[in-house]
Amino acid sequence: MTKRIALVTGGMGGIGTAVCKRLAEAGHAVAANCLPGYPKKDEWLAQMRREGYADVHAAEGDVADFASAGAMVRRIEAELGPVDILVNNAGIIRDSVMKKMSPEDWLAVINTNLNSAWYVTKHVIEGMSERGWGRVVNMSSVNGQKGQFGQTNYSAAKAGLHGFAKALAQEVIRKGVTVNSVSPGYVETDMVKAIRPDVLDKLVASIPIGRLAKPAEIAALVGFLASDEAGYITGANIAINGGMYMV
Amino acid sequence: MAQQRIAVVTGGMGGLGESISTKMADAGYKVVVTYSPSNTKWKAWLDEMKGKGYAFGAYPLDVASFDDCAAKVEQVQKDIGAIDILVNNAGITRDMTFKKMSKADWDAVMHTNLDSCFNMTKQVMDGMIDRNWGRVINVSSVNGQKGAFGQTNYSAAKAGIHGFTKALALEVAKKGVTVNTISPGYIGTKMVTAIPKEILDSKILPQIPIGRLGKPDEVAGLIIYLCSEEAAFVTGANISINGGQHMY
Repeated sequence: MTKRIALVTGGMGGIGTAVCKRLAEAGHAVAANCLPGYPKKDEWLAQMRREGYADVHAAEGDVADFASAGAMVRRIEAELGPVDILVNNAGIIRDSVMKKMSPEDWLAVINTNLNSAWYVTKHVIEGMSERGWGRVVNMSSVNGQKGQFGQTNYSAAKAGLHGFAKALAQEVIRKGVTVNSVSPGYVETDMVKAIRPDVLDKLVASIPIGRLAKPAEIAALVGFLASDEAGYITGANIAINGGMYMV
Repeated sequence: MAQQRIAVVTGGMGGLGESISTKMADAGYKVVVTYSPSNTKWKAWLDEMKGKGYAFGAYPLDVASFDDCAAKVEQVQKDIGAIDILVNNAGITRDMTFKKMSKADWDAVMHTNLDSCFNMTKQVMDGMIDRNWGRVINVSSVNGQKGAFGQTNYSAAKAGIHGFTKALALEVAKKGVTVNTISPGYIGTKMVTAIPKEILDSKILPQIPIGRLGKPDEVAGLIIYLCSEEAAFVTGANISINGGQHMY
């Protein structure tokens, strides 16, 4: 196993934390991105240390801002080394039917969920290509595949991530860099647990497997895609949704 | 693994099957292979494997025959134990343009590549459901996703596999059993490397963005991931492993 440097955007959220742990368990140094001044950063890092993750670090930066993303990548390069594995995981929701959705709600989601992937990848892809090895994993969503009522912004951004993956995959595969999307269904994160209990119960009942995914399950798939032996998988969109939506 | 899981790999002595079988054994599974009754080299293969330290159960099996599948699976369960993992990997090609394809060529490919999934899965699913754990992995193909000239039969059978996967995945999702499809592109098996080099270089490799064939071990690695405990939420999926040859 080669030790690599990994960057996980939105690395301190529900799925992000699990991905950071998984990549650390695989022996990599991990930079967990959060917004500048994120109030829970120190607490999150302390928790990682308590759980025995010594090589997980915070990387502050606004991934929805190209310059901020670039500055963050340069700091990671200086402190840890060049980024070999990038997990474009940062995401937000601003749900409302389009009739009521403001342009600000549209742009905020497109910026944070989709433009961020381009902004961060832009700063690491040349290095990966030059070194002849790289892994980019985009965290898409079942709602990007099937569309979701009240999520014109989120569905567009998440579907867009896979368009980005397919195009970039073709551009860099000869350089040993793979680019893939992962499309989780509903995952047991604070974002999902905040859903009203009766609504959540109905939601879970609609999932053929009858439960939510654990963040560690999503992280294991990301870990597999980041491995050496997944080198022939590129441009793929891997559904992990308990049978909720099949294509 | 808390207990040693038992896996059956159909076509387990073939180019891809051999890698799947050996890598799954390396990963700690008890592996049983099936091989075509017309395979005359089964003994030499088993001896070669034994030399490398692999003790596979091996059964001649016509996957196109429901009755043979029923009888052989019963035998495997008697000899070795209950089957936890089924890799429906057996497949053949009978390439020809539709205009020239005979009904026999159509039927042979449908029976061996698609009916086989029903024939084999039918024998093991009740047990998986009873034990509340199972993995079915159906080996499809990029040509089932994109269609291939001269393969109306093969493309139909391989696409059909994923329809089977999706329906069965829905039926058994609450029982701890996942059903998935993997769709490899061109893999460096004997079947593919037997293609004349000039055709490989001029016709096939230029279609593959990565510029090389896949390694059988890479496909085996994906199967092992799907067999893991942590892949329990992946069901009804069709996972491409094709070096960028076809994306959707």
